[in-house]
Amino acid sequence: MTRFAIPVAIFVALLVLLGVGLKLDPREVPSPLIGKPAPHFELPQLHEAAKTFSERDMLGKVWVLNVWASWCVSCREEHPVLLDLAASGAVPVYGLNYKDKREDGLAWLKGMGDPYKVSIFDFDGRVGIDYGVYGVPETYVIDKKGVIRYKRIGPLTPEIVKSTLLPLVNELDRA
Amino acid sequence: MIPELGQLAAALALCLALAQALLGLVGAARGQAVWMAATRPAARGQFAFVAIAFACLTVSFIYNDFTVAYVASNSNSALPLHYRIAGVWGGHEGSMLLWILMLSVWTFGVTLFSRQLPLEMVARVLGVMGLVSTGFLLFILFTSNPFSRLFPAPPDGRDLNPLLQDPGMVMHPPMLYMGYVGFSIAFSFAVAALLSGRLDAAWARWSRPWTTAAWCFLTVGIALGSGWAYYELGWGGWWFWDPVENASFMPWLTGTALIHSLAVTEKRGAFRSWTVLLAILAFALSLLGTFLVRSGVLTSVHAFATDPTRGIFILALLAIVIGGSLLLYVWRAPAIGLGGGFEPLSRESLLLMNNVIFAAAAGSVLLGTLYPLALDASGLGKISVGPPYFETVFVPLMAPALFLMGVGPLARWKKASLPDLASRLRWAAAAAALAALALPFAMGRWGAMVALGLLLAAWVAASCFVQIWEKVRNASGASGAWARLSVVPRATWGMLLAHFGVAVFVVGVTLVKGYESEKDVRMEPGDTVEIGGYTFRFDGVRDVTGPNYVAGRAQIPVTRNGKVVATLYPEKRIYRVQNQPMTEAAIDTGFTRDLYVSLGEAVSDTAWVVRVHHKPFIDWIWGGCLLMALGGALAASDRRYRLAARRQPEQYAAAAAR
Repeated sequence: MTRFAIPVAIFVALLVLLGVGLKLDPREVPSPLIGKPAPHFELPQLHEAAKTFSERDMLGKVWVLNVWASWCVSCREEHPVLLDLAASGAVPVYGLNYKDKREDGLAWLKGMGDPYKVSIFDFDGRVGIDYGVYGVPETYVIDKKGVIRYKRIGPLTPEIVKSTLLPLVNELDRA
Repeated sequence: MIPELGQLAAALALCLALAQALLGLVGAARGQAVWMAATRPAARGQFAFVAIAFACLTVSFIYNDFTVAYVASNSNSALPLHYRIAGVWGGHEGSMLLWILMLSVWTFGVTLFSRQLPLEMVARVLGVMGLVSTGFLLFILFTSNPFSRLFPAPPDGRDLNPLLQDPGMVMHPPMLYMGYVGFSIAFSFAVAALLSGRLDAAWARWSRPWTTAAWCFLTVGIALGSGWAYYELGWGGWWFWDPVENASFMPWLTGTALIHSLAVTEKRGAFRSWTVLLAILAFALSLLGTFLVRSGVLTSVHAFATDPTRGIFILALLAIVIGGSLLLYVWRAPAIGLGGGFEPLSRESLLLMNNVIFAAAAGSVLLGTLYPLALDASGLGKISVGPPYFETVFVPLMAPALFLMGVGPLARWKKASLPDLASRLRWAAAAAALAALALPFAMGRWGAMVALGLLLAAWVAASCFVQIWEKVRNASGASGAWARLSVVPRATWGMLLAHFGVAVFVVGVTLVKGYESEKDVRMEPGDTVEIGGYTFRFDGVRDVTGPNYVAGRAQIPVTRNGKVVATLYPEKRIYRVQNQPMTEAAIDTGFTRDLYVSLGEAVSDTAWVVRVHHKPFIDWIWGGCLLMALGGALAASDRRYRLAARRQPEQYAAAAAR
């Protein structure tokens, strides 16, 4: 009897595995940048091209860098989540306007609302390459020492903000 | 109106499937002859309504009805008609409907060709198939309805994925699904036999032709998928151990074990509980394949239709269908008993080794496919398992399998003699050794792996000829070689042809792996590149316009020793609707080699990156698969399966005495 039960036992284990697997996102690839210092950049700002912004300006603060573009459909979906996050004041949100036209980016923020303290303008996507951007939107959490602690590929959702992003920001703020 | 009719037909099919399941299973359990007799008409009605539903969806595609959400996301008014028809199974919802259509076609087949079976058996088989069909109809009606409307209707559709706009892709899913779903018959027969407690040679004989037929379709389906990947993806590879390829390969490996194990059960009454288990596993792996493709648990080139709620539904279906049958197996298998005994060297023992090897192969593919998922699920990180693992595992498993394939068919049932086998196979061994030593030199370079591959291929092929020769020499009662061969049953010819196909396949794999060459070059118009003795000249790229794409088409004449062999026209297409670039490789196919050119990126106004391949004997890979499938078809059509099964007891006795 027990001999004949082996297949069903294996099958149950398989079901458990597949059930857990359903909750995982196979597209979520861990970034090799996590735990590493944020790559250096110094870029003109979107609103005021004469001024620049660098990740070094943020040393000593926990902040969120969000990569966005006016041509990006998922960014539209993500936008209300970012507006809420910015309005809550839990963490400053900075934008990286990626491979966009300046006037398109500005029009987009004007029409949809602007969650960003500052948006920087990465016209040729050089900084995007340093940050390993491969799908917009992407979101990074960077700690007080300028180290990347979290990366999200794809749109943020209210659940991710609540269960992952905010607890991490709180923890980093206390450190 | 048409989509609503389709939806209604699907709902009616669901009712009939449910009736078919209940009447069959409960009727057989209670011995109600009228109930049991009603399963056939219920199954035929189900087939008719599923066919109507499928036809409605097809009509919606043909007439570009973009108010149907599924049509809008998988078709476009500029899409040529044949791809609009293939678009029916180009996405998730339609491919599930195709799955159900295939299941109802097989069910319909069972209602037609089961007159010689006891009514109780037919009722149970149709009952189990009705249950599976019910599950899948519920699945499409509740989670993946292909007939859902979309208001307001978009002006035009989002187009069929350009990767699927290819003749190979038109045929690949129907063939593959015919194979996958065909194993449901072996599964239903196994469950019916477990329920009735009648697991005998007759049961094996009834399931054999169905299982072999399903296996043929699966073989052709996998070969078509591999051929598609070869010329459509533009990398020149023919098998990538991609999770979804593996998902189709696992049922094939288990199915291969099953058709061999059924032979033993039919002829000798042995391996019964093992055969039942294999029949359950072959269909379980088909369902698992469906789950892996449709749930998005694994990423792969195929993961274009994913949704977690659907995943949960299929997982539940998997749990009920497979979990239920495995529990039934735990309950009933201990009572099955053993069949006839056999010696350590006999046809039974050789077939047992075949089964062990194929089961181990299926297990290692399963392990390699799910290992990344297991690591991820236990939080140990993300990895991917690729060709190095599978190749390392497969060569040592398949080499002994090929060796045994040369011996098995010559061995006697019950007890074989080693000196006898050795003497009958000595010429085959000599031919194999000669091929391994000499042929690689003829190809230009001797290598150990190439020699091993050719040794085994020649061994298998030569063993087939030894078997034919023995039949010519030994057949009794007929005079003349032709008359003697004509009494050989089709099943035997089928087996020989399929085994010969394996040899052809192995030759293809070995020679491509051993002698293929490729070059990536930057070419200006007028530049030439030489590979495998062929000279390719790049004559530049000009723009062409297709029905729904624009393309740059290169002209590349190929010469050998100054003579033009072929002119190839590889393309780089941009499909307008999805704005997706596609590489359309150009291939000159030959009996002993393919010349394969694909176009990379433009590096300047006139210069392009061009990739040229020389692939010796690659078409033998698919030729071998085709021979295997033909062999299977021949075996499945053997007349003894069509003889009245009522004579079965004395035939079984006669077979056992042989």
